[in-house]
Amino acid sequence: MSALHLAVALDGAGWHPAAWREPDARPRELLTAAYWADQVVEAERGLLDFVTIEDSLGPQADRLAAPTERTDRVLGRLDAVLVAARIAPLTTHIGLIPTATVTHTEPFHISKAIATLDYVSSGRAGWRAQISGRANEAAHFGRRDIPAFTLADRDEPPVRALIGDLFDEAADYVEVVRRLWDSWEDDAEIRDADTGRFVDREKLHYIDFEGRWFNVRGPSITPRPPQGQPLVTALVHNDIPYRFAARSADLVYITPHDAADAAGIIGELRAAEAGVRRDQPLHIFADLVVFLGADAAARKARLDEQDGAEYESDALIFTGTATELADLLQEWQRAGLSGFRLRPGTIPHDLQAIGRELVPELQRRGAFRTSYDEGSLRERFGLLRPANRYVA
Amino acid sequence: MSKPLKKIHLAAHFPGVNNTTVWSDPAAGSHIEFSSFLRLAQTAERAKFDFFFLAEGLRLREQNGKIYDLDVVGRPDTFTVLAALAAVTERLGLAGTINSTFNEPYEVARQFASLDHLSAGRAAWNVVTSWDAFTGENFRRAGFLPRDQRYARAEQFLRTTWELFDSWSDDAIIADREKGVFADGARVGGFEHHDDFFDISGQFNVPRSPQGRPVIFQAGDSNEGREFAAATADAIFSRHGTLEAGQAFYTDVKGRLARYGKANEQLLILPAATFVLGDTDADAAEKADVVRHQQVSGQTAIKFLEQLWNRDLSSYDPDGPLPEVDPDVGENTIARGRASVRMHTDPLATAKQWREIADAKKLSIRELIIEVTGRQNFIGSPVTVAETINRYVQEDASDGFILVPHITPGGLDEFADTVVPLLQERGVFRSEYEGPTLRDHLGLALPGESTEARAVS
Repeated sequence: MSALHLAVALDGAGWHPAAWREPDARPRELLTAAYWADQVVEAERGLLDFVTIEDSLGPQADRLAAPTERTDRVLGRLDAVLVAARIAPLTTHIGLIPTATVTHTEPFHISKAIATLDYVSSGRAGWRAQISGRANEAAHFGRRDIPAFTLADRDEPPVRALIGDLFDEAADYVEVVRRLWDSWEDDAEIRDADTGRFVDREKLHYIDFEGRWFNVRGPSITPRPPQGQPLVTALVHNDIPYRFAARSADLVYITPHDAADAAGIIGELRAAEAGVRRDQPLHIFADLVVFLGADAAARKARLDEQDGAEYESDALIFTGTATELADLLQEWQRAGLSGFRLRPGTIPHDLQAIGRELVPELQRRGAFRTSYDEGSLRERFGLLRPANRYVA
Repeated sequence: MSKPLKKIHLAAHFPGVNNTTVWSDPAAGSHIEFSSFLRLAQTAERAKFDFFFLAEGLRLREQNGKIYDLDVVGRPDTFTVLAALAAVTERLGLAGTINSTFNEPYEVARQFASLDHLSAGRAAWNVVTSWDAFTGENFRRAGFLPRDQRYARAEQFLRTTWELFDSWSDDAIIADREKGVFADGARVGGFEHHDDFFDISGQFNVPRSPQGRPVIFQAGDSNEGREFAAATADAIFSRHGTLEAGQAFYTDVKGRLARYGKANEQLLILPAATFVLGDTDADAAEKADVVRHQQVSGQTAIKFLEQLWNRDLSSYDPDGPLPEVDPDVGENTIARGRASVRMHTDPLATAKQWREIADAKKLSIRELIIEVTGRQNFIGSPVTVAETINRYVQEDASDGFILVPHITPGGLDEFADTVVPLLQERGVFRSEYEGPTLRDHLGLALPGESTEARAVS
């Protein structure tokens, strides 16, 4: 069996809402650079492919629910792109994939921000493109109304239409971001003393995107990033985002609950890919929330009790030892997954267990790298540096 | 008794996308690789500068309908580079230009609050405003704003971000494990703001940062711009480089502070300044002339002339005389995305003046442009430059300078090694940072928690 890829999703004190109350948590440091540096350095020590960093344009909230008035959960977070940039000079190999929302923001700004992250990390940047369907986040911008709805409404026709629009906008957004990344040819900067020209303007391109939500002229103000096209990723849960991912992403995160479920989702994604033009197939990661250790189930139960509710997630919640998790990952991998994005239940405990217990176990089985290769984040996934769409 | 010596504030401006920056020099490095930003920032920190400054422009400049290719082109995202620089510096302030026209307050506020957290209190925002549809073509809102509304919108934008910064109390995060209270419910980001430009409400999601709010810079020079700065800014990034013009600007702007209840020290005047150093003054003058010829090639001279003449002058010889034809006095359409063309308020009068200078001194187009544009502010030996800078500050032409090297990234090294020690010896520039935050370096107090603290008259 081929080696698998492994990433972690970083969010505050961990994914369990009571994680910040653990004795080893650092809840007063969640907004400091040192806290984030320690997590990413830990992940890099475990030779992980990349970290993702969660973000939102509003307070933390459970899936599609309105923000709560509860005062016993972590509230407040930093801009994920800036966290990634702050960590980039402190690390050398690990990929950095911040979340950034497409719904109320400018593709021009995000394009140059991720391109710049690619420069400051020497080719390790990616982006998790996320929509916002939340009414409260729309009110933070005041430019459009998004009606409030809950997860239970998601199959109602008006809600499906809204979600369809949000993902269509997301696809346009990614298209603009990608065109802007290509809007400078790699050799546009010439510094030609004889003619006095710094750039060859024939190698700078207007992108002239016109769509339902925005028109963008270009070119970018930022030259083409080191990877050409930094890795675009998305978390997807049903048919509408599957189509978005097939059109727009290099790598997706899915949330199967067993191997057969994974195989089914992969089938749907491959079918969606067949309907669009792509250079290379999607890399498909499964997301898992993980509580690791011999006492993991008891630990989760204790956290649930502190929180006053059983923790639920879109992803499967795994409790068990690193060896048991390694078994599960290898079983699921056979369904056609490239790898896994693990969401640590608590930090630092479960993050450390991933790097210090799970990774050595997978290495013993010959299923995970024993050192980093040189090269960009794309290269880690066998993705070539893409040709520039504007080069004839 | 003589009054105590003022302390000088110094900053390092990353070389910009204009002809001040000499990219053709063998020592000139990359304008986009992180190593260049790192090098300049670390030089500035080694020299105990107040801050590093990065400008922004959101559309590539054009002239005669084509992308302008004679100057450096291309720049990074401001926030992303400043956040990365926070990792490789410890005390240096990190200042960037962010446009208030092509952004929304919620997003900009969370980016600056995040930068301030991630740098432990070193963030500064140069608030600029724009009204041109040319730049707006890159943005979803298309961005066109009537010129007379731009300061009104900018001011509301800025005040809205202050409401967001102030929406968290300083001590909101309790993180009491036993009681299970993470944040105190009273002031945890709730806000509501309704005016002609912004109609928003909800909950801001970045808790109070070390400086409370980023340090605010402004660069406006019109009457409106000066008033806006007096009302809202902590520092002005001005362009009045001579002693007399600097003193007039300084007196004017500081004179506006009283009506906002602000003391003189609460608004710093920091002009941009270029410099050329040499072993002797004569040596420096010679080098300055070489640099000016690097900055103004024949091709560049013609482009400058076109910006005033507002016509295609590509058939003219830069080593020949000025055109006999007059400038086209209509709306300036030849150069786009370039703020400096707005300085040409009376092109016919300026052209007449330039012709008189060229006739009197027998100057070609290129020599004339070298004469009338952008001569370096400080030229001389380290002693001369240190004394001149100190005199400007002590005689109230400024509170310090934002130095603009002409070579990336090593253009500040000589200044750091030779001029800074002389200023330190004279007791007018710090030898060590006194506090951790940019507000500490600039002598600015932390803002109060209430946005109403500074009433607008």
